[in-house]
Amino acid sequence: MAKLKKLADYRDEIEQCVKCGGCRAYCPAFGAEKHEGRVARGKIALADSLLKGDVELEEKFLLDMSQCLLCGSCYSQCPNKVHTEDIVAATRREIAERKGLSTFGKGVGTILKHQGVMNLLAKGGGAFSKLLFKKVPEQSGLRLRFPAPFITKDRTLPPLTAKPFRERHPERIPGEAGKPTVLFFTGCGINYMYPDSGEALLKALKFIGVNIIIPKAQACCGLPAVSAGAADTVESLAADNLKVFQQYQYDYIVTACASCHSGLTQIYPGMGDEFDPYKDKVRDIFVFLVEQGFAEKLSELPKAENPIRVTYHDPCHLRNHGITKEPRAILKALPQVDFAEMEAAGTCCGLGGTYSVYHYDTSKKIGAKKAGFIAASGAALVATDCPGCIMQLQDSLNHAGEKQQVVHILDLVAEALP
Amino acid sequence: MLNPSILEKLQQISGKDHVLTDKADLICYSYDATQRQFLPDVVVHPADADEISRIMQLANAEKIPVFPRGAGTGFTGGSVPVAGGIVLGLSRLDRILEIDEENLVATIEPGVVTEDFQKTVEKVGLFYPPDPASLKVSTMGGNVAECAGGPRCVKYGVTKDYIIGLEIVTPTGDIIKTGGPTMKGVVGYDLTKLICGSEGTLAIMTKIVVKLLPKPEAKKTMLVMFSSIDGAAQAVSAIIRGKIIPTTLEFLDARTLECVRNATDLDVPEAAQAVLLIEVDGDREFLDGQTRKISAIVQPLGVVETRIAETPEESEALWQVRRSISASLRQVNPDKYNEDICVPRSRVPDMIRKIEAIADKYNIPIVNYGHAGDGNIHVNIMVDNAVPGEQEKAEKAIVEVFEGTLELGGTMSGEHGVGIMKAPFLNMELQDNVIDYMKTIKKALDPNNILNPGKIFPSDVRAH
Ligand SMILES: Cc1cc2nc3c(=O)[nH]c(=O)nc-3n(C[C@H](O)[C@H](O)[C@H](O)COP(=O)(O)OP(=O)(O)OC[C@H]3O[C@@H](n4cnc5c(N)ncnc54)[C@H](O)[C@@H]3O)c2cc1C
Ligand code: SF4
Ligand code: SF4
Repeated sequence: MAKLKKLADYRDEIEQCVKCGGCRAYCPAFGAEKHEGRVARGKIALADSLLKGDVELEEKFLLDMSQCLLCGSCYSQCPNKVHTEDIVAATRREIAERKGLSTFGKGVGTILKHQGVMNLLAKGGGAFSKLLFKKVPEQSGLRLRFPAPFITKDRTLPPLTAKPFRERHPERIPGEAGKPTVLFFTGCGINYMYPDSGEALLKALKFIGVNIIIPKAQACCGLPAVSAGAADTVESLAADNLKVFQQYQYDYIVTACASCHSGLTQIYPGMGDEFDPYKDKVRDIFVFLVEQGFAEKLSELPKAENPIRVTYHDPCHLRNHGITKEPRAILKALPQVDFAEMEAAGTCCGLGGTYSVYHYDTSKKIGAKKAGFIAASGAALVATDCPGCIMQLQDSLNHAGEKQQVVHILDLVAEALP
Repeated sequence: MLNPSILEKLQQISGKDHVLTDKADLICYSYDATQRQFLPDVVVHPADADEISRIMQLANAEKIPVFPRGAGTGFTGGSVPVAGGIVLGLSRLDRILEIDEENLVATIEPGVVTEDFQKTVEKVGLFYPPDPASLKVSTMGGNVAECAGGPRCVKYGVTKDYIIGLEIVTPTGDIIKTGGPTMKGVVGYDLTKLICGSEGTLAIMTKIVVKLLPKPEAKKTMLVMFSSIDGAAQAVSAIIRGKIIPTTLEFLDARTLECVRNATDLDVPEAAQAVLLIEVDGDREFLDGQTRKISAIVQPLGVVETRIAETPEESEALWQVRRSISASLRQVNPDKYNEDICVPRSRVPDMIRKIEAIADKYNIPIVNYGHAGDGNIHVNIMVDNAVPGEQEKAEKAIVEVFEGTLELGGTMSGEHGVGIMKAPFLNMELQDNVIDYMKTIKKALDPNNILNPGKIFPSDVRAH
């Protein structure tokens, strides 16, 4: 089975950090709490000390390692391109290995076994009904994202859908002859919380006539488990998905979730060469649509008389991989959209895998900054390309008392199509 | 380990939350951009001058060394606690206290990040020019302590040219003011200027009074490629002789250009052996005329190609050549010894030739770029420390680079300071009686040698 790398495998990567401190300008965790242990440079120094046996897994060490959104904002501006997010994830796995999962993720183990969690979830506000949550598989990242401490009265959460997206559709939806075939990797967010965005994606794909496969057996991409340091979970999810990838014939795998995209293009290929045949097939939906000439098709639609002002939030996991132009190209081509760039569109929303579960206060601080930029843009809607960001941004806007709504770009696409 | 009663006193002064002793915390405050690591015994983040004063009194009574720290981006180890003791983190003193638009003066605390300060004054049409490349993270306290410079210094001068007053805590714990918000002032010694560039060894700054300028309306960038370094150097003198002082006159030598070519897909023709990145600023209507005039002046000096940016995006693309250097150097060799020597402007080509001879002698790549306008050359000796003998070669080469610099009437450091990195070479540049003069000042102000010991002067401070 494909394996995740160990912390010791990152020795060279750690050596690449020259301690310039440049990451202090970009790290959202450091922005919220100006302690050197929060920033990439400090975490790398700590990981280095752990490898050298100079530090124990003491409380402060665990705290610093947990204070990371794995957003890669540091990486994207680092002169030496050090992947701190990978180093931190590997350190978390090391912690889990030495001290057990629950030490670090505070209850990750319990959630995976879902003892008593249901009751807590039910108490935590109407959005999460016990019954609906039962439909979410034990290993789904949603369980890591919504363990007990996450569900609080003041947090805005989307309701879970009564009928998950993948249960609504046949596995195969044929398109026009000669058109490519795409495998839709839905991810948990779309499947359980935002099925309408999934419907919107189908509408767009059908519009251009491609053949669609929606495998029922696909699993969570595993990114929340990466965040929690749960190596076994990641590896077993990756193995399940590998089986799915091997089972069908298709030209592309499309995602509409930045985290899933990152899981499929960054995490899996790092686990072994089994994924080599698939990694180049993965496309973010907007990259795919732009490649297929979809923006031109949208531009041909009659323009709306009173377009609505929309701004775009770059999910970290797309920005880090250079996917910034395509989502904007689609937004700008939409007939009902008046696109307005906001300041700091590329800064993290503050969700960060399991980060906001255990650090809701700092997560809220990061979100509040973002909400300020959104409000200043004068937009009525914020569009983005990741269910996690949608959830976090809406929560931040609501806390800030701002009126903007957060949508998936796909929702706007579906609205524009005939 | 500090004695528990001292820790307790520190906690009484700054509060438990701001006194850190866990190993993980100590590790996070043990280094700076030199990558040298020394563990402190405790990290304290005081709230204000009063707390700092009490900490200094305690430190004197107990003879504990104190190491002031800004963002830890120093290139000479100024903030690293070489003798254990207390790291005094100044990040909580981070307020911009006043921007006086009538007198063009601002008062700030030392923990303010340089770029945050610049952006804030620019919002009201004012301008703080010093622009070290680290400005997105470096603190104003660190900038003043090192007298930081940057590309804009050709025209606008360095940090100390903008600092007109300070509030400081002395090494023995007094809180005093130097200078003030006036443009002139000659009563007594100019202590403000003495503290600027003193690398945190004479005082801890707690307030900084900064002189500001009106913000220039616009700027314009051009990139000129030359067939030789001599052409580029003559161009620098010719431009200045032509009564134009550009904001920026950055140069890249042939070896740097080779790295950029190899590591990026930026378009730098083979024929270009030196590049000048030139920026002019001022009223919009004058800028086109200035770039035209510069083009005409440099044309006879072996120009391969001139690019003039018409839009901010084009300007950014030109700067990309300069910004790509740091990352592209690593492709040459993993380890870098970075010196920032400064020679008289006209001697830059002589210096480059000397450095090339040194590189050939030791057979190690040395790449040079920097601020041609003020003769400040970033000399990067690229080696692989894992290869036996390389480190020794680099160290010998450094000494020869310093010798060459001094022969040309230059100085070992234009911007980064001495710290621990250049302390061993101090007597190459400064005569004994000069060093004695400085040490006499240090000793008088800090009799117990507890404020940032082991810096600037070669010493026998115990290293952890
Ligand atoms: C990528 C990079 C690029 C750089 N580019 C430049 C450049 O272009 N030009 C340039 O000049 N430098 C440059 N530097 C060096 C460095 O950024 C500067 O020296 C900067 O001024 C240090 O600021 P800091 O806040 O990080 O200070 P630190 O590194 O934390 O400390 C530097 C010194 O200041 C002292 N100090 C800090 N705060 C106070 C205070 N309040 N009172 C008294 N002493 C204090 C410390 O004790 C120490 O001696 C660069 C560094 C990096 C990593
Ligand atoms: S992670 Fe990158 S940006 Fe941060 S200190 Fe290290 S080298 Fe610099
Ligand atoms: S991944 Fe994000 S939160 Fe973590 S160190 Fe890097 S910038 Fe900071």
